[in-house]
Amino acid sequence: MTKKMIKMTLNGKEVEEAVEPRTLLVHFLREKMNLTGAHIGCETSHCGACTVDVDGQSVKACTHLAVQCDGSEVLTVEGLAQAGILHAVQEGFYKEHGLQCGYCTPGMLMRAYRLLQENPDPTEDEIRIGISGNLCRCTGYQNIVKAVQYAAKQLRETAVAAT
Amino acid sequence: MIPPSFEYHAPRTVSDAIALLTSLGSEAKLLAGGHSLLPMMKLRFAQPEHLIDINRIPELKGIRLEGDELVIGAMTSETELINSTLIQQHLPLLSDAAKLIADPQVRNRGTIGGDIAHGDPGNDHPALSMAIDANFVLQGPGGKRTVAAGAFFFGTYMTALEENEVLVEIRARPFPQGTGYAYEKLKRKTGDWATAACAAVLRVQNGNVSHIRLTLTNLAPTALRAQDAESALLGKPLSDAAISAAANLAMSICDPAEDLRGDPEYKTAMAGAMVKRAIQNAAALCN
Repeated sequence: MTKKMIKMTLNGKEVEEAVEPRTLLVHFLREKMNLTGAHIGCETSHCGACTVDVDGQSVKACTHLAVQCDGSEVLTVEGLAQAGILHAVQEGFYKEHGLQCGYCTPGMLMRAYRLLQENPDPTEDEIRIGISGNLCRCTGYQNIVKAVQYAAKQLRETAVAAT
Repeated sequence: MIPPSFEYHAPRTVSDAIALLTSLGSEAKLLAGGHSLLPMMKLRFAQPEHLIDINRIPELKGIRLEGDELVIGAMTSETELINSTLIQQHLPLLSDAAKLIADPQVRNRGTIGGDIAHGDPGNDHPALSMAIDANFVLQGPGGKRTVAAGAFFFGTYMTALEENEVLVEIRARPFPQGTGYAYEKLKRKTGDWATAACAAVLRVQNGNVSHIRLTLTNLAPTALRAQDAESALLGKPLSDAAISAAANLAMSICDPAEDLRGDPEYKTAMAGAMVKRAIQNAAALCN
């Protein structure tokens, strides 16, 4: 089938690539861009391990075609840390033990990142609803919720300090 | 899992999409949010040779008031329904119910039009559309036509939409002041389809039910309108006995398929419970 040229801004950098239309975004990221942070879990849009940010929205990259991202801005977990400094959500997962095996973590981080952009001061319920599209089979979610709360506090304090 | 190969088209206007549908015929499928179609393609339940991506068509998006109707573009996402002040104000059933559909990421992609046009009895918008007496605007090579939600669904994956038509708009009148509404959905977990669900829209005047719609999700090959249950309540005061009788009437039209969510008997019993709750919760919002 005819390949399509696509251009996108991926973690702040312009990339251009010819892709088969059937290439899923998660395969494009992992196999063409060598960004293996987004994990392939259920492949049926249930588990959220492949969650990335597309044009300011959380998207499950296993159920999105790479060609649909032509012209888009895509952010993956590899783009969260800046100049070697962890993003607050990453720091939160580390400080609050928000992971065990780590399989769900990149998806959780990307979902938490977007959730806190949409709602900088979420209640515990709002966090639980916000990450309800991401499954974790190790932690029981308690520490993940704490990690997101930690990150929310850090981000709010940074925002206040900046003003 | 990777979908089978296909040619990809991304038209910018509805007429271009219709022209593609007309020339490609049954080999083509429209790609809306993709959260039903792409999984079906991965599993080889669907193998279209052409995908026509309608995500880049601006005229299919947006929510607006037009005359006495609220017009919802078919490519409006569930997230947009939840966040829309027009929907919250005029058809709050839709913004409340959308929160019960799938999960945050899927709601960012999943669209009201895709949910309807797919014709899956597990989808929620068919019953919701019937509950608000919505009309669907279908556009084909010869122009537009309007089909009432109640006349659109023929069976599982079978609808009134012709092969060369696009569902472009969902239209419904805003709820009059004092309308009560509820969508009660029993599901095993976030992201699951309903084991049983009921939408209720209710108005009460002088103590008697003056308007009622009761519609059911995933309890038959299509969404159902429980007309006998509605008739039993219309013109009378609501009482526990009347609500129970209506729930029994609604259960009598259920014909659910057995699956991992339960056998027909269980699902039908749960339908009755959802009908009761939906009526009670809708009644609590009536004034």
